[in-house]
Amino acid sequence: MSDTHSHESFSHHIRRYLIVFFALIAGTIFTVWASFIHFESRAVNIGLALVIASTKAFLVAGYFMHLMSEKKMIYSILAFTAFFFVGLMGLTLWSSHDFPWNTVFH
Amino acid sequence: MEIPYTTEARPDTGLYNAKVGIWLFLASEVMLFGALFSTYILLRVGAPDNLWPHGWLNVPVGTANTIVLITSSITTVMAWASLKLNNFGKFKLYHACTILCACTFVGIKSYEYHDKFVHYEFALTDGKYADGHMVENKLIKGDDGSYTGYAVIKGHEVNNREELYDLNVVHPKSSGTEAQAEAASAHEKHKEIRVEGPKIKAMSNYGPWHNTYTAIYFTLTGLHALHVIGGALVIGFLWGPGAKMWKTDPERFTNRIEISGLFWHFVDLVWIFLFPVLYLL
Repeated sequence: MSDTHSHESFSHHIRRYLIVFFALIAGTIFTVWASFIHFESRAVNIGLALVIASTKAFLVAGYFMHLMSEKKMIYSILAFTAFFFVGLMGLTLWSSHDFPWNTVFH
Repeated sequence: MEIPYTTEARPDTGLYNAKVGIWLFLASEVMLFGALFSTYILLRVGAPDNLWPHGWLNVPVGTANTIVLITSSITTVMAWASLKLNNFGKFKLYHACTILCACTFVGIKSYEYHDKFVHYEFALTDGKYADGHMVENKLIKGDDGSYTGYAVIKGHEVNNREELYDLNVVHPKSSGTEAQAEAASAHEKHKEIRVEGPKIKAMSNYGPWHNTYTAIYFTLTGLHALHVIGGALVIGFLWGPGAKMWKTDPERFTNRIEISGLFWHFVDLVWIFLFPVLYLL
């Protein structure tokens, strides 16, 4: 972020931080509430919780970590991270279909 | 020797060096936690049907801890904004709140861990299972693995071990059948049970060794808690002795607060996923 912010523009930022804070609190309450809804499949609960969590993560990364207005260099680093993270999750889901059932001891 | 680009932007990156450094570090952190989330997914899909635990963690306590961490995130960003506005007093106030929130989070987490370490499951020789929190432990383990003495737990006894796994599944109001209502009331009404040593086939508390769920729960939350402690130590240093830099080099000090803040927000971001995955789903 630029270092030459005026007090006025910073007040604007602070208002935004507060809005994000309340949105995160609301998101947390919504996640808990949604987890108690009995959908036909638990997959719906999982999908909904992950959508809410991703929205909250976007708010934290975008506003608190200033990713909405960062330099190109940071985006380049994160593009590599995103590629490998998505790859890791893709491989995980792919291999989960081949995973031998009932092999994990409880 | 003077460290270059602590405040001014490096021409090729357009950023001061520490900012590139912290983002590279956070990129590696994403992969570290990503690997553990991948482990969680594989353990969960590989678990036998109906044997992945639900309702083992206290949701109100977990929700409270989530709110504590979110609060620490706003105080962190406000501390940095205060320095940008040249208000050192407010910075001190906001970051004191951050440190307080960090201590609260670790305190609540410790309480949750303790709760798991005093929670025991007993496999009994008559095929039943006793499960509950230890009240009195007078058990002595012999060389052959058998037990003498007795233990008193506050909990319940079940015939089928599966009943211990999904504590959310039975709701007498929504289900209706008598058997389910009975099972539900067994979950709800915890009473003191005396478990005789010779009747114990096997026993274990709910530590990381209990099953794959507790193993991944302690690994994920333990690693996260270490990050919280590490972040709190850095923020504590910058709040205390490290704050002297504000007088000599305010711009560099403000950048240090931004860098430590980025780490702290990342810790919050990880918890945003950990909370639903471990407590709610």
